Amino acid sequence: MATTLSGGSVKPDILKDVVVPRGVTVESYEQSDDNEIMVVNMGPQHPSTHGVLRLVLELDGETIRKATPHIGYLHTGLEKTMENLSYYKALVVTDREDYLSNLINNLAYSLAVEKLLDVEVTPRARRLRLILNELERIASHLIWLGTHALDIGAMTIFFYTWRERDQILDLKEMMSGVRMMTSWICPGGLRGDVPEGWLYRAQKFVDNFPRKLDEYNRLLTKNPIWIERLSGIGKITGEDAIAWGMSGSSLRGSGVAWDVRKSNPYTGYDEFEFDIPVGSNGDVYDRYLVRIEEMRQSIRILNQALKDVPSGPVMTSDRKIAPPPRAELDTSMESLIHHFKLFTEGYHPPVGEAYASCESGRGEKGYYVVSDGSAIPYRVKINGPSLKNLQALPKMVEGLYIADCVAIIGSIDIVLGDIDR
Amino acid sequence: MVDFDIRLGLSPADLTARVVANKRPDDWLDLSADDDPELRLILESFPGQVVNSRLFRGEKTIWVKREKIVGIAQLLRDNKETQFNFLTDLTAVDLLKMHAPSQERFEIVYNLYSLSSYKRLRLKAIVPDGDATIDTVETIWPAANWLEREVYDLFGIIFNNHSDLRRIQMPDDWIGHPLRKDYPMGGEQVEFSFNVRKS
Repeated sequence: MATTLSGGSVKPDILKDVVVPRGVTVESYEQSDDNEIMVVNMGPQHPSTHGVLRLVLELDGETIRKATPHIGYLHTGLEKTMENLSYYKALVVTDREDYLSNLINNLAYSLAVEKLLDVEVTPRARRLRLILNELERIASHLIWLGTHALDIGAMTIFFYTWRERDQILDLKEMMSGVRMMTSWICPGGLRGDVPEGWLYRAQKFVDNFPRKLDEYNRLLTKNPIWIERLSGIGKITGEDAIAWGMSGSSLRGSGVAWDVRKSNPYTGYDEFEFDIPVGSNGDVYDRYLVRIEEMRQSIRILNQALKDVPSGPVMTSDRKIAPPPRAELDTSMESLIHHFKLFTEGYHPPVGEAYASCESGRGEKGYYVVSDGSAIPYRVKINGPSLKNLQALPKMVEGLYIADCVAIIGSIDIVLGDIDR
Repeated sequence: MVDFDIRLGLSPADLTARVVANKRPDDWLDLSADDDPELRLILESFPGQVVNSRLFRGEKTIWVKREKIVGIAQLLRDNKETQFNFLTDLTAVDLLKMHAPSQERFEIVYNLYSLSSYKRLRLKAIVPDGDATIDTVETIWPAANWLEREVYDLFGIIFNNHSDLRRIQMPDDWIGHPLRKDYPMGGEQVEFSFNVRKS
């Protein structure tokens, strides 16, 4: 089920090839004698904090003694907003919180609402959801790779990853007319089918992408500067990572093979073969290797999933949830009533609560939805993986240099929209 | 105070959508201690603490009193049978517009997960309106630190013995707790140069 990446094999080999001075451990940093602690604000408008994160750093020379993250600069009360919109309208909010994994958020929210409504989606919708989710994961990882490398000083890769991500956005645009906030996955299925030729274009992207991935690999993975900057810093053990609630690639980098797609499969992930890459040292370099390998695994899933996409409708036929086709309104009184009720009120899930989660590019993205039987969710809690990943940051940066702190923030791949909500 | 639905400018149709269908669904089941190791454990070790339990859509929920929450959390984390070592989420629900008269106002929701058995459990602690306090579970799951700060910030529930109970999302001088159901939507004043708060 899990493949160890750097464990005894891959990473030492790499290091053998290039002979890197590996003096980068926390203990080996110089300790200055005088106790002059300087307090410095990093952010909230700092390009390497990936948004409006503010870190208050207590510095001894250039060594970080203590880091205190301050968040909330992007808090817009999305949960409160969702609690005042009907279930269908609240969907568009989910696009806007973790703005790099829109379709994955859509899916997690839709799964929670579908669980409340107790509705099944069609096989074609299930498969397309999976394909869209994997494409979104690759797009999200590409942004991470580009910005992470840019933070560290490898500027070239940024333009390359943006080029590939644009192809995924093109696919989204071809499908929905929107490049980012599509809200295309909705409770009950998908808003619409993919246009003709879309699957072919997606397959073409999947065929070409591994070559691009090799390109990134050649640029970075064995690059001595890259290894020197990344290996050995930002270490966190698997036990600590679990205790701090870390998830996703940041947790897997510490050797914990947990992936929601494997452990609690949703939307048909159990039908496909893929591995969970795990690191062994729990440092920044391991998290880098894990994410690169995850993109390969996503391609592997996509290759299987695009092969035989089931045909049929993409929206459930349950008229209480999905609007009837326009033509039916002229002939069927019942359809007219359903149409009217859906667009004036929406659907009423029964009293209860549901939690559903997906594996996003950053970790476990979950939605906890409480229904009071009305057409408006009573309480929505967005469980953002970035919040808990960031919470462990002070533990990781202690005793390191500021430049390492930048690398570590990049490696946990936070999105402030996900943290502040 | 103006009803927040009207403040929002919702149409009359939206307001009728708020009418609560107070019908308990047929597929709410009570958990039984014979089948559920979690419930049995809590009942054995902390008699009298379990208030209610439900199975809905395959999700287990156990309501407990707030007094022994740290003990119950530790039991669920350390017991070989359950091993809920991962705190997925910690949040609160303000039941102001939903609860029966006999119910208390707040529920603290612990969404627990086990990284060994991949099972989920929802633990709920009941917190009354007049004395909205509960012990922190930070010592059990360090991840609870920020999550509890967020609940304190947005719901105004105090976590006893918390190491760093400050506001996290809202500004430090904010008045009120936005996710409470009696907090109006869109009610806050926009700051301009003439009405900026002096701190």
